[in-house]
Formats: sequence, structure tokens, C-alpha cells
Amino acid sequence: MKALSLKRRHPLAAIALLLLGLLFTGGLYAAASTANQAKADTQSYSASDVAEGKKLFVANCSTCHGMGASGTQAGPSLVGVGAAAVDFQVGTGRMPMQMDGPQAQVKPAQFNEEQTHQLAAYVASLAPGPSVPDAHITDGQGDAAKGGELFRVNCAMCHNAAAAGGALTRGKYAPSLHGVSSAHIYEAMVTGPQNMPVFSDANISPESKRDIITFLKTIESNPSPGGAELGSLGPVSEGLFVWTAGLAVIIGFTIWLTSRSS
Amino acid sequence: MGNHSDGSSTSSSTVATAGQHDEGAFQDPGIPPHRPRLADKDPKAAKRAERQVAVLFIVSVIGTLVFLVTYFAIDLTNTSTTGTIGLQNMLLGIGTAFAMLGIGTGIVHWAKTLMPDHEVSEDRHALRTEEDRQAAVAIADTIIEESGIKRRPLIRNTLLGAVALAPLPALAVFGDLGPRPDDKLAHTMWAPQNGKLKRLTRDPDGTPIKASDVTIGSAFHVIPEGLNELESGKLNEKAKAVVLLMRLNPDELNPSKGRENWAYNGIVAYSKICTHVGCPVALYEQQTHHLLCPCHQSTFDLTHECAVIFGPASRPLPQLPISVDEEGYLVATSDFHEPVGPSYWERDEHERRLDS
Repeated sequence: MKALSLKRRHPLAAIALLLLGLLFTGGLYAAASTANQAKADTQSYSASDVAEGKKLFVANCSTCHGMGASGTQAGPSLVGVGAAAVDFQVGTGRMPMQMDGPQAQVKPAQFNEEQTHQLAAYVASLAPGPSVPDAHITDGQGDAAKGGELFRVNCAMCHNAAAAGGALTRGKYAPSLHGVSSAHIYEAMVTGPQNMPVFSDANISPESKRDIITFLKTIESNPSPGGAELGSLGPVSEGLFVWTAGLAVIIGFTIWLTSRSS
Repeated sequence: MGNHSDGSSTSSSTVATAGQHDEGAFQDPGIPPHRPRLADKDPKAAKRAERQVAVLFIVSVIGTLVFLVTYFAIDLTNTSTTGTIGLQNMLLGIGTAFAMLGIGTGIVHWAKTLMPDHEVSEDRHALRTEEDRQAAVAIADTIIEESGIKRRPLIRNTLLGAVALAPLPALAVFGDLGPRPDDKLAHTMWAPQNGKLKRLTRDPDGTPIKASDVTIGSAFHVIPEGLNELESGKLNEKAKAVVLLMRLNPDELNPSKGRENWAYNGIVAYSKICTHVGCPVALYEQQTHHLLCPCHQSTFDLTHECAVIFGPASRPLPQLPISVDEEGYLVATSDFHEPVGPSYWERDEHERRLDS
């Protein structure tokens, strides 16, 4: 600090200060304008997006979903599922499906953002369907308390009250929602992927969906006031911990109490 | 005991002592020789044990100080975050734990290493003797004799009366466990009121649902119209009346005779209360059309009127007959045709009455 105060009368000090100020305001502006760009980038698909998407679709998806996405024995028709379904299934890596099984698994996405965008453009061009949400819905600035109430009524029975996920029948399961992006949460609600029911805008309005997303993001960033969460799985993990760790401590003390000193 | 292998139990002494055994029987090894501890033989070890005990007591002192410092230094105000509260709770707990553990383990360690280790063996005494029995009989006789209960029947009879009446207040307060629910469990809010059919509304905000809102694959969590406006007993009513509304392809439904018009264009409504022990069955798989109860994994097949296909439930979920009103909103055309939820004592009787 002393060195800094000695140099403040240096001839170059003013220039350095000016540079710092410029960098700061410029950085701020750049951050703000990219945020604006992201907002402005709503669903506008160009003809070339659709054409590229068709090529990708024919090469990667048509084996199961059929030429023209009309469906085969191996996969459902994608006419009318909308861009939201493509962005969810491809964006989370569920599609292309790795192997047959009770349900498609999450894995690293096989297509980059642009290719996903193009695939979505192609499927959206087949028939109208739910689209990718705009930035307002996914900004996480809704009413978390209202979202929490809606979550407990509509989602918690499968996804667990703390959104840690849960088991369904015969190997199927509702995944944990921690770390799932806001857009993917919204898209899952409007499209009902796999065995999840559809929660259309007529059931839960877009504003309410924004509240639910806000709630999920809030509990994700909230610390756990009760200590270790143990996976938020409730009595199963907590009971297992007490029965193993707690009992082990008690047994250890009993052995020590009754043992002879050396 | 090993020395009674011949089966004769003449001796009242059941304690084995060395040298009193038969040939070839199990040899009583007796009590092992006393083994001095390290601290008994080596003054250095004794000093070390002393220090260990002191360290354990100091751990306790530190635990107490941690508790006090945490309690006074972390000031909780209205603006404290849950993180601060959590930190304080954790430190208070750790402080108390070590304050108690330090004293306890210190005393045990002290006793085990430094206090004299006399070994004592106590022989088991005979279980019952004639003298004990005589003494007990004598006590009872004395009580009867000295209380004079045989000579004074007035006292005896009034005492018997008092003891017999004393439990009556307890019986009287049992009445407060009631009133009996009568047939309240068999009826829900879905019954039409003054000829007006109840609309199906969304849980929790109570907005009515248009049939056109329910797209194929949708699941709506439904409460009856007017539930939110109830002055009292709202939770009890909700616990009986909650319904899950789903839409399937109408061809996939297999309605039985007399229930063909309980659905509307493939929209069906079923009670959410499991018929096993009443958990909310709301895990709907829209591809398999299975409803799963999270408590005991009872599974219901929506395409066959929620028949049980797995798990401990013994009855299908009750179906709510629905239709649409002139404005296009979904309404319940009647109450459930059977009591919802798990079995109860009078359920069969109520079911017969609702059926007729």
C-alpha cells in the first residue's frame, strides 16, 4: 500500500487511472450487451437452420424416428413435439439414445449447441409445437414461495420434495433436478418427456413455471440449515447412516468400557 | 453346572468350586489369576495414564468454553441467515458433546487404569428357600391381622367401593375421543350441492379446468370447487376429495358396464388416496399409464379402471364420474360411488349404501 501511495503523483498515474476506468466501464457494457443478445435470441429459425437440421436428422435420428420424423416401430413420431422437446432430449444427451432400457439416460450431449438448434429448427418446421422458452421465463426472478407450493403439489411426488429424484416402476425413475438448466426444466414441463406427464401452459401458466424454476434454483443455492443433507433422500439415507455409523460408535464405546486396561 | 452331570440335585449349593468334580467331566478352570496392569507395575505408565485422564478432562473444559463462546459471540438477530444459525447449532452441539464425553471418558479411563482393580466374584445365591416363603407369609398374616380388615367389614366394603369407582373418570373422558365419524368418511365435497354440479379446480389456486385444457398425456392435481373458501375443516375435506385428472387416448380405456360415461373424451379422474393406507397416489407414468403409490409401491393400471397390478392395495382407486358443463368446464356428475381411501370398520356397510 505504501508503494502505491508513493507513486500516486507519478506523471503516468492519471493515465493508468483513466485506463482502469475505461476497462471497467467497457467490461460492464460488454457484459450487459451480451445479456441483451441472449435475450433477443428467441426462436427465429432461418431456412438454412432447417436445411442443416434436416441433414443432421436424416443422418442421426431417422433410423428410429423415420424419414420425415413420422416414427417407426423403434421410435415415436416427432411431428408436433416442437423445438422444446428436441432441445431437452438432445441438449441433455438423452437422445440419441445410448441403449434400450426402461428409460433414456442422461449423458454428455452428442451435438453441440448449434447442431441442437438446427435439429430443433427442423423438427419445429414439421408442425407447430412447444418452443424453447424465452429468457424471461428462465431468469429465476419469479416468486420462489409460490413456485414451492406448485412444486409440492405437481412435482414433488415423483421428484422428491427436495428435488432429489425418486424411483418409479420397473427400473424407471424421476431424475434429480439439481444442476438441470432452467430451460431444460421448462422444456420437460411443457413436453412431458418419456413417462413424465405434460404440464401444459393451460395447466401451469408460463409465469407459474417461472416461479417453479425460481424455487428450484433457490433450493439449489440455499445452504442446508440442518447439516449434512445425505442426498435429501429422507429416512432411508438418514436411517442407514444412524444404523451404521451411530451403532458402530455405540458398539465401540461398549467394547472399550468392558475391556481390561493393559 | 459341570459337576451335576449325574443328575442328582441333592445339594443346595449350585456353585462350582475347583476340586469338586467327577472323573472325566468338564474341569472347572476356576478364576484366572490376577494380572497386574501396566500402571500397577510401572510408575511411568501410571504417570502417563494420569496425564491422559487430565487431557480428557481438559477436553471437557474446552467443550464447555466452545459452547459458551458460541452462545455469546454468535449473536442471532432477525436478519441472521440460516447459515449462521446452522453454524451456531453445530458448534453448540460439538461443545456439549465434548464437554460431556470428556468427563465421562476421563472418569472411565481413570477407573480402568489407576483405581485399584480388586477382582470380586459373587456366588449365585439359592433361588428360594423355605424360610423366605415363611417370612413372606408371616408379613401377609401380620397385615391382615393388624389392619383388622376381617373384623371390620364396614371399612373393607367402603374400600372396595372406592377402588371400584376410581377408574370411572378415566372411562368418562374416553367420550372426548369422539364423536364417532359416522358416515363422514363415505362422503366427500364432490357431491352436487342444491343440484349444482361441482367443478374440478386446480390445486392449489382453485381455478376451474376446461376440458380443452387437458391435453393427452397431461396430469392435473384437482380439488373440488369451493374447497379454498371453506371456513373450517379444509384439510379434512381436502384429504378425502383430492383427485388426479389425466387424459389418455379414449381407445385405451376399458370401462366396465355402467361406467362408460364416467370419462369425458378420454379424460378420467381418480381419487388420489391409496386404498391401502391412504398415501397420495400421484406418480403417474404417462406412457405405461401406471399410477404408483410412493409409500408401498402399490401400482394401479389406469387403462383398466385403476385395477391393482402390484403391491399391497386390495381395491382399485375409486373413480370420480366427470362431464362438462355448458361453459366447457369439467364437473363431477356425482360423488364417488364408494368410500375413498383405506379400509375402516364400517366401510362395507357404507359401500353397500352408496351403491344402492
